[in-house]
Amino acid sequence: MSFDALNLVWIFVAASVVNNFTLAYFLGLCPFLGVSGRLDTALRLGLATIFVMLVTSMFASALNAWVLPHAPYLRIIAFIVVIASAVQLVETIMKKASPALFRALGIYLPLITTNCAILGLALFQTNREYNFLEGIIYALGAGAGFTIALVLIAGIREENDLGQIPRIMRGAAMSFLIAGILSLAFMGFAGLFSSAA
Amino acid sequence: MKRPTDLHDTFRRGLWRDNPVFIALLGLCPALAVTNSAINGVALGAATTFVLLTASTLVSSFRKVIPKQVRITTFIIIIATFVTVADLVLAAMAPAIHAELGAFIPLIVCNCLILGRQEAFAFRKPVKPAVVDAAGMSIGFTVALVMIGGIREILGSGTLFGVIVMPAGFEPWIIMILPPGGFFTIALLLALMAHLKARREARLPRHEDSEPEGAV
Repeated sequence: MSFDALNLVWIFVAASVVNNFTLAYFLGLCPFLGVSGRLDTALRLGLATIFVMLVTSMFASALNAWVLPHAPYLRIIAFIVVIASAVQLVETIMKKASPALFRALGIYLPLITTNCAILGLALFQTNREYNFLEGIIYALGAGAGFTIALVLIAGIREENDLGQIPRIMRGAAMSFLIAGILSLAFMGFAGLFSSAA
Repeated sequence: MKRPTDLHDTFRRGLWRDNPVFIALLGLCPALAVTNSAINGVALGAATTFVLLTASTLVSSFRKVIPKQVRITTFIIIIATFVTVADLVLAAMAPAIHAELGAFIPLIVCNCLILGRQEAFAFRKPVKPAVVDAAGMSIGFTVALVMIGGIREILGSGTLFGVIVMPAGFEPWIIMILPPGGFFTIALLLALMAHLKARREARLPRHEDSEPEGAV
C-alpha cells in the first residue's frame, strides 16, 4: 500500500476508535444522553450525523482554502453557519428522498446543529491542516466512531432497563457509568498506535 | 416581576436548584472535556460566564427587534461573535491557558446551556432579570466545573489548583485525569444529587415546587 493510502487508513482508525469523539473527547454528549435509549433511533441518528459531518468537512476545507486565510477571526462564525446550512440541506434532501426516515428522525435532525462533535470536527480538521481528501476520511471516521459509541450505549441501556439498578443511579448517572466503562475499553485501542510507530 | 425577591430567586435557581450541569444536564461536553484540573474548570467557567452574560444582555435588549422565525440563527451568531472575542482575548492575555483548553473555547458556541438560556429566558424577559439569570446559571456552571475538576485533580494528580494536598505516600489514580475518570466522576456526582433530592423529598413529603424539577 502506498504511503498516502496508509495515511488515510490511519486517519480513519484514529478518528473512529483511538480518539473516539464521544468516549475520548466528550463531544456530542447531548444526543448521546437523549437518544441512546433505543437502538434503532441511535443508529439512524448516527447515520444522519455522519452525513452532516461529511458535508461540513467539505465546506470547511473550502473555507480554509479560500475564505479564512483572509479573515481568520471569522472562523467560528463561518463554521457554525456552514453547519446550520448543512443540516438544513440534509433535512431538505431527506424530506424529498426518504420521507419515512425524515419522520423517524423528527426533532433530532435539526438538533444536529448544536452537536458539538460537528463543530469539533471542523476545528480539529483545521488545526491538523488536513487536505480535502484527508478531511473527508476524518469526517467518515469521526462519524463512524460517534455512531459506534451511540449504538453500543443504546444496546447496553436497552438491556439495562431489565436489570435492578439502585434508585439513585437510574437514568443519566447509569448512562455515564456505562460510558466510563466503554471509554476505559476504548483506551485499549491506543496501543494500536504505539506499536505501529 | 421586578421585586428583588424574584431576582434573588432567579439567581439562586441557576446556582443550585436548577444547576445547569447536575440537574438540567446541559453543557456536559465542556464540563467533562477540560476538567482534569480545577484551574481549567475556572478558566472555562470564566469564558462561559463572559459569553452567557454578554449574549443574554444583547438578546434581551434586542428581543423586540429580532424576528421570531430567525431567532435561533440570530442567537447562534451572537453567541459565536462573543465566543470569538473570548477566544482572541484569552489567546492574547493567557496563552498558556488558551493552549491547554485548545478547541474547547470555540466549542462554547455549541454549549446548549447558553443557547437554552437565550431561548428560555433572555428572549422573553427584560435586561435586568436576563442578566441576573445569566449570572446565576453561569456561576452554577462554573461551580460544577470546579467541583468536577477538583475531584479529578485531587484523585488523579494528588493536587488542588496545583498545590499538593495528598500525603506523600499517595499513589495518584491516573485514570481520573483520563477520559473515563470524567465519566465516572459525573456519574457519581449525579447519583449523589439524586440521593440528596430523594432525601429532601422524604423530609418534606407535602412540599411541591412551583416548577417541575429539571425544566429548562
